[in-house]
Amino acid sequence: MKLNLKIWRQKDRESQGKLVDYVLEDLNPHMSFLEMLDTLNERLILTGDEPVEFDHDCREGICGQCGMMINGIAHGPLQNTTTCQLHLRSFTDNETIFIEPFRSQAFPIKRDLRVDRSAFDRIISSGGFVSTNTGQAPDAHALPVSHQVTEEAFDAAACIGCGACVATCKNSSAALFTSAKINHLVLLPQGKEERQERVIRMVEQMDAEEFGHCSNTEACEVECPQGISVLNIARMNYEYNRALTRRK
Amino acid sequence: MNLDAKIPEGSLEQKWENFKKTAKLVNPANRKKLEVIVVGTGLAGSSIAASLAEMGYQVKAFCFQDSPRRAHSVAAQGGVNAAKNYKNDGDSVYRMFVDTLKGGDFRAREANVYRMAECSLNLIDQAVAQGVPFSREYGGYLNNRSFGGVQVSRTFYARGQTGQQLLLGAYQALMRQVGKGAVKLYSRHEMLDLVLVDGKARGIIVRNLDTGVLERHAGHAVILATGGYGKIYYLSTLAMGCNGSAIWRAHKKGALMASPSWIQIHPTSLPQSGDYQSKLTLMSESLRNDGRIWVPLNTGETRKPNDIPENERDYYLERRYPAFGNLAPRDISSRAAKERIDAGFGIGPLKNAVYLDFAKAIKEQGRAKIEEKYGNLFDMYRKITGFDAYEEPMMISPSAHFSMGGLWVDYELMTTVPGLFALGEANFADHGANRLGANSLLQASVDGYFIAPYTVANYLSGDIHTGKIDDQHPAFDKAQEAVEANLRKLLAIAGNKTVDYYHKTLGKILYDYCGLARNEAGLKGAIVEIRKLREDFYKNVKIPGDSITMNSELEKAGRVSDYLEIGELMCFDALSRNESCGAHFREEYQTAEGEAMRNDAEFQFISAWEWAGADADPVLHKEELTFEVLKPIVRSYK
Repeated sequence: MKLNLKIWRQKDRESQGKLVDYVLEDLNPHMSFLEMLDTLNERLILTGDEPVEFDHDCREGICGQCGMMINGIAHGPLQNTTTCQLHLRSFTDNETIFIEPFRSQAFPIKRDLRVDRSAFDRIISSGGFVSTNTGQAPDAHALPVSHQVTEEAFDAAACIGCGACVATCKNSSAALFTSAKINHLVLLPQGKEERQERVIRMVEQMDAEEFGHCSNTEACEVECPQGISVLNIARMNYEYNRALTRRK
Repeated sequence: MNLDAKIPEGSLEQKWENFKKTAKLVNPANRKKLEVIVVGTGLAGSSIAASLAEMGYQVKAFCFQDSPRRAHSVAAQGGVNAAKNYKNDGDSVYRMFVDTLKGGDFRAREANVYRMAECSLNLIDQAVAQGVPFSREYGGYLNNRSFGGVQVSRTFYARGQTGQQLLLGAYQALMRQVGKGAVKLYSRHEMLDLVLVDGKARGIIVRNLDTGVLERHAGHAVILATGGYGKIYYLSTLAMGCNGSAIWRAHKKGALMASPSWIQIHPTSLPQSGDYQSKLTLMSESLRNDGRIWVPLNTGETRKPNDIPENERDYYLERRYPAFGNLAPRDISSRAAKERIDAGFGIGPLKNAVYLDFAKAIKEQGRAKIEEKYGNLFDMYRKITGFDAYEEPMMISPSAHFSMGGLWVDYELMTTVPGLFALGEANFADHGANRLGANSLLQASVDGYFIAPYTVANYLSGDIHTGKIDDQHPAFDKAQEAVEANLRKLLAIAGNKTVDYYHKTLGKILYDYCGLARNEAGLKGAIVEIRKLREDFYKNVKIPGDSITMNSELEKAGRVSDYLEIGELMCFDALSRNESCGAHFREEYQTAEGEAMRNDAEFQFISAWEWAGADADPVLHKEELTFEVLKPIVRSYK
């Protein structure tokens, strides 16, 4: 199949970027989207051009490193799918595809399609953990946790930190990412001790990173590769208000 | 060279206790004067970095990914083993030790294997305390499932994302220390060389992958937790960035490489479908709990799998290994698949796969139960292939996966370079010639949480009077100059073939001659071919751009230049071992039934290789293995 690509090229953080046209022919529809970019890069290198920089690593949908806007949609047309698990069979022959980086004030562009998502790491380091040191743990069966609670905690913990929620949100809000971690931990007895401090610190860090506010469009849930529910955001708001009222 | 494994005195059960009792300590006031460099932030790296920082050491952690949470431990699916015996099915530390040692075909140290089984108990406690949401039964207690090569259920799991959840636990522990300022984190930094001062590991040279700038970092000890090098085969289950460069550059600075050719080829990955393909996705081994593996009984079968009647199917694992059936260990399952595929019974468009069938399990347990156990794996299968595995069998095929080989380390996880430690998949230690499923997450974790914190402290106790390590020492100048020269050399070649061309070509050579089956003529030929390919690489590779900005091709070129040397060493290693054991199957050494023939009389040792220079053959050193508790037996799963 043939594809007409319009890819965002930008040399570095300060430079002006622009869309550049590329045409690829004889593509196999079973090729993954990133393999299509590999094919393009192979050609660019051999013709003396600079290849397109893009984030990727595991290529099986779990590391969260890949991610780009494909025709204006984070990770492309399929729901609950990372860019690496998207295949050309989801496009039509001779289609024009716009490929751009995730765009957000808090995710500055490094080069081409690569963005800096270290703000997520800083949100986690502000409180996204249980304060337990190595060696302090009691026996794993000391505290039973119901099947249902574990499954709910897992649903939130499944977040891969790709940033699609931010990229797709008109406010560039990180509420889905932040709330998923807050809920994963507050649901479990091990995480309950620090619930108050945690939610305040993480929400404050989220604001300090200049992510926008959530205005409940629920677009993030639609684009999330792991299908993280927006109910997490509601619960985060509850936790936050609860913490504020109890704070001395 | 005398390879002293430094196994502690005492009975098997007492060795680790005895080590901990007598290990030297560093008092809290001195710890803050000692700096430790940790390279890699997967399970082993994150856990040791967090643990050392919690104790009060100054830690710097490095990873090439854009966040520590993306290290490839994240992709492990099935689970983590621990001898908790929560299922009351006869498990114990000793039983786990036996399974692991036997699974590794008696090519690992008894003391190491026993310690790993022993520490498995603490790991589950640790992970649960961190909030890892392991699967639980309705009563609220932890659930287990079974994995290949064992007859008990000792695998703890979090759906099909156990690696992700364990890594997030370790990552969060690490980020907690980063937030406190106890760990300095350097993501998007790649180690390009190890710096030795007076024969001791004292620092590293790294390249900031976003800016191209080279940096030097000094410390009292260097810990490599950089994972495996299975990506050397190009098509593998590993992430695109997985590499052997950190351990290889340490190897060239004097650290011996042990058993480099022992690479596990995983039986259940998705088959290759075309030349453009960049990776083969793994389908967790846990699927073999409920899936049945088969091929058609007749060659040239053209019917769809569901149309082939029961009596025209060959459930070859159940046929050949009735005691373990579909849960035979990985090396054996992969070889059995290759045997059927080579004999012309392969299925799929390229006839390179076998079926993994869930029809019976769905009929017996219901679709909902199968969905709960493996839902994300079935989803992944559908996303990649476009097929629904609830309706028809999956197509699977063997693929390069895990390197049992790695840097040689003693019982304290220290390499032959003083002050240089290797943890997790980067070392060779605990799996012998074949790793059992769900033992990789375990080994990475126990190395980082429970073993290295003691052994690294034991080493650092000798450095309390050393003072700060100076990164302006001439050894740093020399190492940095060499790194710069190497980058210039690569960029100056300006040939006409891409880095990926060399990587794919090397991978093909290794799959053909140093993969599931090896023989003398093939390996000798492969060494010649790899040397030619390497020569061609330095004449004709084309790397665009420069070294002072972001340049993914330059990063790849560095890794592939190392692979071109590691691949050669793998062939030497495979060639020198005239026996079949675990993942190493030499066609000359097999029984009439096609089973591996080990040779304990001549090869009951670990091969540890010394770098002798680019144009010289590597030098073999042997660490004899002694078995005091479990005498080697023929490994049978029949």
